[in-house]
Amino acid sequence: MTELRSPIGPDDHVAGPRDAPVQLVEYGDFECPSCGAAFPEVETVRRALEGRLAFAFRHFPLPQLHPHAALAAEAAEAAAAQGRFWEMHRLLFENQEALGPGALVSYAEALGLDVERFRTDLDERRHRQKVRRQFLDGARSGVNGTPTFFVNGQRHQGRFDADALLEALVGAPSERAP
Amino acid sequence: MPDPVAQPSRPLPAGTPAPPFRLPSVEAAELPPGHPVPHDRWRSLEDLAGAPAVLVFYPADFTPVCGEELAIFSEILPELEALGARVLGISVDSVWCHRAYTDERNLRFPLLSDFHPKGETSRRYGCYREDAGVCERALFVLDRDGTVFWSSVSPMDENPGVDGVLEALERLGQQAREGSGPPQPRREPRGEGARP
Repeated sequence: MTELRSPIGPDDHVAGPRDAPVQLVEYGDFECPSCGAAFPEVETVRRALEGRLAFAFRHFPLPQLHPHAALAAEAAEAAAAQGRFWEMHRLLFENQEALGPGALVSYAEALGLDVERFRTDLDERRHRQKVRRQFLDGARSGVNGTPTFFVNGQRHQGRFDADALLEALVGAPSERAP
Repeated sequence: MPDPVAQPSRPLPAGTPAPPFRLPSVEAAELPPGHPVPHDRWRSLEDLAGAPAVLVFYPADFTPVCGEELAIFSEILPELEALGARVLGISVDSVWCHRAYTDERNLRFPLLSDFHPKGETSRRYGCYREDAGVCERALFVLDRDGTVFWSSVSPMDENPGVDGVLEALERLGQQAREGSGPPQPRREPRGEGARP
């Protein structure tokens, strides 16, 4: 299956206008090295298409491969509960080698979050269900590894550097409107 | 040289009675080579009777695409079990190799060894790659009576994901509910299984 079953919706963290003409959804895992490699590429794409792109990041942690991935995803949601999803998303990808519980709390401190609340969210696994829901939804859309991108609802195949993603999103440079 | 993207073989299609098999599982790895494998460390088609089953054939332990494929199946195992299914992985690796792989990857379902005679079960299911000497990357969903309900084979370098299996198990559950009512009706004549 190559179609995204759930379009960007209220449950999603979205960078850019939600109704933007170009929609990019990533299923990712904060401990996955390929997702880490994709992070700056997506940043480049976001800058290039500012105002025209809605980018949503969804969780697809694979704890069998990445033991800290599930809690890191919940940490991003705990930050989101305090309105700071994207800042935490950046910190997690920039510190992929340090995603243990202590490190996660230190990132919450660095962002000036209410640390007690953040810690309670993690201890009580308050965001576990949401992460699981996104994982299952991804599995049903045929996500078979991370990162998996969907461009305007269609699965993106092949490379995911900024040029390849931009080409998939808005066409080859020669086809793009000036 | 085997071609990783060569046209894959044709797996047994829906409606075919699943061929019998009896393979040692990863649990047999506690025994040294040559030691008789006790009854409870084999898995056979008969063991699966009465519930749907998912057979995950894959080329080899410790290879990149297989690792991610099995990790996703392992992660989604609770949902597959909630649909009543049992999940088994099958490759031509030995049980000792399966043991190391299962431990390293924390796999939650048993891996079976189609090691000796090599590839015999995979061949019966139409998913043995003779040129490469490994299983295809093939998936089978069997119904509770041991008939192939859905099957699929993917190129060696392509992880099929779990969406096809989930959908097949859901359709199977729906059919069982619609056609159910005590006593449980016997299976339709063979060859009339759902098409993928």
